[in-house]
Amino acid sequence: MNNLIEVSGLSKTFTLHQQHGVVLNVLSGLNFSVRAGECLVLHGQSGAGKSTLLRTLYGNYLAAGGSIRVRHNGEWVELVGAEPRQVLAVRRQTLGYVSQFLRVIPRVSTLDVVMEPALARGLRRADAEARAQSLLNRLNIPQALWQLAPGTFSGGEQQRVNIARGFMVAWPLMLLDEPTASLDDANRQVVLALIAEAKAAGSALIGIFHDRAAREAVADRYLDMSQDLSAAAQPEYIYAG
Amino acid sequence: MSAAEKLHLHSETAQPLFSVRDLTHLYGPEKGCQGVSFDLYPGEVLGIVGESGSGKSTLLSLLSGRCPPDRGSVSYRDSEGNWLDLYSASEAQRRTLLRTEWGFVEQNPRDGLRMGVSAGANIGERLMAQGVRHYGELRAAGIDWLQQVEIDPLRIDDLPRTFSGGMQQRLQIARNLVSSPRLIFMDEPTGGLDVSVQARLLDLLRGLVRELDLAVVIVTHDLAVARLLADRLMVMRRSHVVEAGLTDQILDDPQHPYSQLLVSSVLQP
Repeated sequence: MNNLIEVSGLSKTFTLHQQHGVVLNVLSGLNFSVRAGECLVLHGQSGAGKSTLLRTLYGNYLAAGGSIRVRHNGEWVELVGAEPRQVLAVRRQTLGYVSQFLRVIPRVSTLDVVMEPALARGLRRADAEARAQSLLNRLNIPQALWQLAPGTFSGGEQQRVNIARGFMVAWPLMLLDEPTASLDDANRQVVLALIAEAKAAGSALIGIFHDRAAREAVADRYLDMSQDLSAAAQPEYIYAG
Repeated sequence: MSAAEKLHLHSETAQPLFSVRDLTHLYGPEKGCQGVSFDLYPGEVLGIVGESGSGKSTLLSLLSGRCPPDRGSVSYRDSEGNWLDLYSASEAQRRTLLRTEWGFVEQNPRDGLRMGVSAGANIGERLMAQGVRHYGELRAAGIDWLQQVEIDPLRIDDLPRTFSGGMQQRLQIARNLVSSPRLIFMDEPTGGLDVSVQARLLDLLRGLVRELDLAVVIVTHDLAVARLLADRLMVMRRSHVVEAGLTDQILDDPQHPYSQLLVSSVLQP
């Protein structure tokens, strides 16, 4: 088996201490694995915990129990309970995350925002710049904007800058949180092509796609998350951001 | 970066640079800090957050050799690979460390600069303490570092008091970084600055930290600053560390009641 991620018994609860200690059980007993070159699409209605699962896999939500193991530099690494610097090393080399929302840093140019994951891996600036330019071109960001900080860009432009950043380096394992949401058709096709290229290069993908055409274009398998709605109705928007 | 360099980097980062155990110094019940332990690795940025009076600044003083603890230890692995116990070392050893391999960026740049001498002399001071006497070399370092912190090199002979607050803070950073330190302490480095100046300074710091592979301990009450700069956070309350972990995990999914209160109390602009 050529698995790149193996998840078993994964659970996630939120305890809201500021709201009378309400406990929300959002994920429980999740088991799945994803192979190289395969795309697993998370399926279930809004509030089923899809984004929560992606954030738990990425480590910005703390798992309540279970195991998340990923292949990192040829070895299995357990992410549940890992030290921050281990998680950061995995994020630098192995685990990528693409959402619709760009976290804008004042004064940093679009080109620098896009290049950052490559520079963090120690790539030469000239090589990183060439790759970043080609991605921005493909995603139809006008060249006149490249030296500007994306803070003032439209929502759609910011989203595409974030996608360029997400595909800047090859990730063995990618988490995609609605990368095609609210894009026009031409740009959606570009993103789908980027996803297809990542799959062909052997990445394992886990994604959320509300758009049915996009979902059917990329999915190899589905993970059904729609079982237990009652326990999971609220957390997504309480913790969104 | 060559393969050999990478290998070196790997072995270099496999060991902590700074190790703290059960560090405690109390002025009164729950005033000060107690029971703090952590390891810091080369290139790692640790943020200490919490409200005023939670013990952040006391902890920073203990960590940086400015105030002996009631109990506990602070150890540092120097560039030769030898571990030094900070508070059993001699005063001279501690002072050398603070002038060479360590840096300290004060919240108020006037506390960290010599206001009576020129910008160039401020930058050259650490080099002179390390034995550099050649005027041309000191001058070249001054010009180079002014440029790195985005100050016009033509201002090299001006006194810091003629600089704006943001420029003074950048000069203080240059003055610290000129000796190629491995560990920097920062106390609210953007605290007294206008928001527009803050962003510029933060961006500069972020770039320098990555390029120079600096380990940093930064105290801040500003969670946005913490998110931008820190790899991991410790949340302090009433002298205790109540939660520690990856920065975005603490900010996106805080576990302790106090961390949840802290994060949910921030106004989103």
